[in-house]
Amino acid sequence: MENTLLTTVGDKLKAKFGDAIISAEQHYDFPVYVIRRDAIYAVLQFLKEDEELAFTFLTTMCGLHYPDNKGQELGVMYQLHNLPKNLRIRLKTFFPVSDPTLPTITTLFPTANWMERQEFDFYGIIFKGHPNLKRILNMDEMTYHPMRKEYPLEDGTREDKDDKMFGR
Amino acid sequence: MSKEEDKKVNLDADAPPGIEGPGFFATRIDKVVGMARANSLWPLPFATSCCGIEFMATMASTYDLGRFGAERLSFSPRQADLLMVMGTISKKMGPVLRQVYEQMAEPKWVLSMGACASSGGVFDTYSVLQGIDRIIPVDVYIPGCPPRPEQVLDGIMQIQKLVESESIRRRDTPEYKALLAKYNIE
Amino acid sequence: MSTKNKIEKVNPGNIPDKTGMEKVKPDEFTTLNLGPTHPATHGIFQNVLKMDGEIIMEGESTVGYIHRAFEKIAERRPYYQITVLTDRLNYCSSPINNMGWHMTVEKLLKLEIPKRVQYLRVIIMELARIADHIICNSVIGVDTGAMTGFLYIFQQRESIYDIFEELCGARLTTNIGRIGGLERDFSPKAWAFLDKFLNEFPGKLKEFENLLMRNRIFMDRTINCGPITAEKALGYGFTGPNLRAAGVDYDVRVMNPYCSYEEFEFTVPVGTQGDTYDRFMVRQEEMWQSLSIIKQAIEKVKKEPAGVFHADVPEFFLPPKQEVYNNMEALIYHFKIVMGESDVPVGEVYHCVEGGNGELGFYLISDGGRTPYRMHIRRPCFIYYQAYTDMIKGAYLSDAILTMSSMNVIAGELDA
Repeated sequence: MENTLLTTVGDKLKAKFGDAIISAEQHYDFPVYVIRRDAIYAVLQFLKEDEELAFTFLTTMCGLHYPDNKGQELGVMYQLHNLPKNLRIRLKTFFPVSDPTLPTITTLFPTANWMERQEFDFYGIIFKGHPNLKRILNMDEMTYHPMRKEYPLEDGTREDKDDKMFGR
Repeated sequence: MSKEEDKKVNLDADAPPGIEGPGFFATRIDKVVGMARANSLWPLPFATSCCGIEFMATMASTYDLGRFGAERLSFSPRQADLLMVMGTISKKMGPVLRQVYEQMAEPKWVLSMGACASSGGVFDTYSVLQGIDRIIPVDVYIPGCPPRPEQVLDGIMQIQKLVESESIRRRDTPEYKALLAKYNIE
Repeated sequence: MSTKNKIEKVNPGNIPDKTGMEKVKPDEFTTLNLGPTHPATHGIFQNVLKMDGEIIMEGESTVGYIHRAFEKIAERRPYYQITVLTDRLNYCSSPINNMGWHMTVEKLLKLEIPKRVQYLRVIIMELARIADHIICNSVIGVDTGAMTGFLYIFQQRESIYDIFEELCGARLTTNIGRIGGLERDFSPKAWAFLDKFLNEFPGKLKEFENLLMRNRIFMDRTINCGPITAEKALGYGFTGPNLRAAGVDYDVRVMNPYCSYEEFEFTVPVGTQGDTYDRFMVRQEEMWQSLSIIKQAIEKVKKEPAGVFHADVPEFFLPPKQEVYNNMEALIYHFKIVMGESDVPVGEVYHCVEGGNGELGFYLISDGGRTPYRMHIRRPCFIYYQAYTDMIKGAYLSDAILTMSSMNVIAGELDA
């Protein structure tokens, strides 16, 4: 049943958006589509408003950072859920770290408000059109975006723990 | 089945050394004040995370904290004696904790409950303060993650011993002044 | 039934003409800081409220006062060490979080878990759900002024703690279970504690219900307090008891069954208005349903072959110590697991469980190494707390406090 979901949604998306759909794969029990950044808002809107697909519930979204993919380092993953028919899909989009902007989806899904603020806080992804894009979990005075792979987990300024002994 | 034979636990604390007579009891004033303070601590539960739930269990009927005199929890720092910091303190919360501590009136004691408050606990990360003793002076540390209610009661009893045995005007002693100066608190 | 609030809910910008203050302009509202440390907010989050007298016009939430960077820590810890972190998410019901994580990793590794282990896991998770709802419901009582219910029903949490302590050694942050099963079988003492709990709890729960459920004062306080419509709740991503109180019967145990929940018979309670009374009643009924599930699970466990408490996967489940010291193969497996040499497939997986507050999801990207490449936790509290300032617009301050406690916002899960 999962494979037919992958092809059903995939065919509809390809018919409407053509080459904005970069890939469509099945990972475990989720169809995953990689979308080009400029089409992501339109794709999400289509998935939400189409009567047959009706993915009206945004389960979660999170940021991704692959420093080795030059030109496509940062990414965002969206997970949608069609509650009446109980269907779930995942969408991903990637963009370079030099231009980390993405359109906001708070107009489609009000729940994305804080989720986008969290991804801005962690990865520095700027969501254009967000009503209140500022840090949410970390301190406002923080100058860097901590979840990116180049930053360490521990506080760099502490002086009491010797890194050599703790194997970091 | 006489009650005298069954009584093995002495529930009455010993009176401080003093001169006793019919209708009067004379002892040093700091002993009386110490006893009064120790048995009527008003804690300020600064509960942030999981240790707060274990504190709720300590306040509940099985491990009743009220029998130590700490029944009346004060959420206002102005009226509290004992600041119980329970749970992880992040760097964002640090100034808040410091402000609450400074608002408390002397005499005041601080109890750090749990591994996170004592030293950062499991969370050696960029956002967690590695121990509240970086910003405020602490009197008793209770280890555990979360500590069992018996450990919390033991910590409270240690605070009580501290309270009983300190001098009445601790705030004027040079050691205390030096300690506060180290934390930049006037 | 005169239980409706006498003041209508107002929109910000419209001045309620019942107070006769038509001339009050928005910049003349008072600002009240319901600060990070507050006796009534159960957890540390701040709300700056703009009030017109006692009525809240708008509010702004600040969270993050207990941000502990779970997602970053998870990139440095092997899979079995992340269970410790998941404990501290919704710490009132840690076993559910633990099991959710174990099931996510088992999904990644494509492990088959024996039925008996699944039934035991169901027992543990439902006990944790009861424990979580005990706290939430008794604290709703405390916030309306009823301390008695809290003191009496908290004793039952001690009975649940006894069971957890017998199973895993810890009361609150249990770190229970292992990837592939449980770390030890239920001992006879654990079964005895469980029987004692099942005998005593229904009576005590009924007592607690009688105190509050049809209590005139409680109903007057909680009905129409902080309501939310089903459309708005779905838009804000609500899940769990808060969504079910609004009328939508979405329960992950029914929609995406895991851990053999499809074999159990239970009903999903649903409310109508989404106000505080509905949330209280939904949680109350869920406790009764959890009791019934535990009884069914005990019956099912009796039918399975005894003594099975883990899957037969020596690559991921530590072999018992006697064998490690005597058997070469077990020693090699132990070494591989601890040093992280076991073969973890590359891939990404998402698994969700019905936590105490809703759909708790774990999104895990593995790159074949010892630690995850990316772990993201879908935290229900974080998602539905966004709606809080919307829900209290036009309400009295005391209603706002009651709304917050009835939503069961746990700071650990909010900030993670």
